[in-house]
Amino acid sequence: MQPASTTLSLPYGSGFLGGLRGGVTSIYMVVVVGSYISIGALGHDLGFPLPWTVLTTLLVWAAPAQVILITALGAGAAPLEVALAVGLSSMRLLPMVVALLPLVRTPRTRTHEVLVTAHFTAISMWIEALQLLPRVPREARIGFANGIGCCLMGAATAATIAGYHLAQTLPGLLVAGLLFLSPMSFLMSAVRNARFTADWVALVAGLVLAPLLAWRGVGLDLMWTGIVGGVLAFAAQRLREALQNKVWR
Amino acid sequence: MSALGELARYALLILVGFLPNEVWRMLGVVLARGLDEDSQVIVFARAAATAILTGVVGKLVIFAPGALASVSVTVRLGATALGLVAYLLARRSVLAGVVAATLAMMAGMLVFGGT
Repeated sequence: MQPASTTLSLPYGSGFLGGLRGGVTSIYMVVVVGSYISIGALGHDLGFPLPWTVLTTLLVWAAPAQVILITALGAGAAPLEVALAVGLSSMRLLPMVVALLPLVRTPRTRTHEVLVTAHFTAISMWIEALQLLPRVPREARIGFANGIGCCLMGAATAATIAGYHLAQTLPGLLVAGLLFLSPMSFLMSAVRNARFTADWVALVAGLVLAPLLAWRGVGLDLMWTGIVGGVLAFAAQRLREALQNKVWR
Repeated sequence: MSALGELARYALLILVGFLPNEVWRMLGVVLARGLDEDSQVIVFARAAATAILTGVVGKLVIFAPGALASVSVTVRLGATALGLVAYLLARRSVLAGVVAATLAMMAGMLVFGGT
């Protein structure tokens, strides 16, 4: 259980500025810069122009999908095949957006006001937003989430450009280190953010199920991991609550 | 590449990169309408997203891509475990865990080989 949360102070009362600050001081600045340097280098190595490579960061804003897009198009794969592979890799964005938006909305929020927040939703932004938003006043949450997203996307864009220019000079050891940053930060943040039984069951289920399914050659391994892990976690949470109610009575 | 070929690349980026990716976010916007924070659907969505997230971690560590593939899976798993220990020892510091895991992986790469 986490200690009682305190309210974050917002610079000039602005949620957006608070989000920018939350982004700058986030471990994900390091992670995003590291990952996007490798994406910039990939775009350069496969012969794509710099503006095209940068646009993938701004428009797609999901590192695994970008790696698939760049490598598959670079290898001359059929467009339909590429679209399918990108779409499959990005399915995780759906439950992330569904879990995030009710946290930022007020009863008066119109749908178009959360479109930007949805576009900024990616693993890094989602984890930081889930952690920080409960401490932000509700009216300031959309701005705050957009601030985190804007900050991380800005850093990713700069890193894409830097990686594009550094492509030939990066030693293999450093590239491997940069690649290791994202899975490790995802894991540590998931552990940090886990509060309820459901979080812990989902965390462990994902770690075990996805490699197991991939190893057995089951297609759509991540989708099944999400469904099975989600159901297990949900059931565990209900069971726990049912048992607690029994004890209290 | 010709001007038309250049344009075609940007059209492809929109059609097979942006759209198949963004459709999930927009679908999420539609599905999240009218759900409140304590809804059971949110509990499930959060759990599913968490399972997929750590699923990505498991796959990246065990079936490593690119430059990471040159280190053995034992080194990658060992570095991950070390990172988790560092995270706990540093009183739940994500930064400490990530730095320790990454340095351990790079040290393993230097000692046990890799490119």
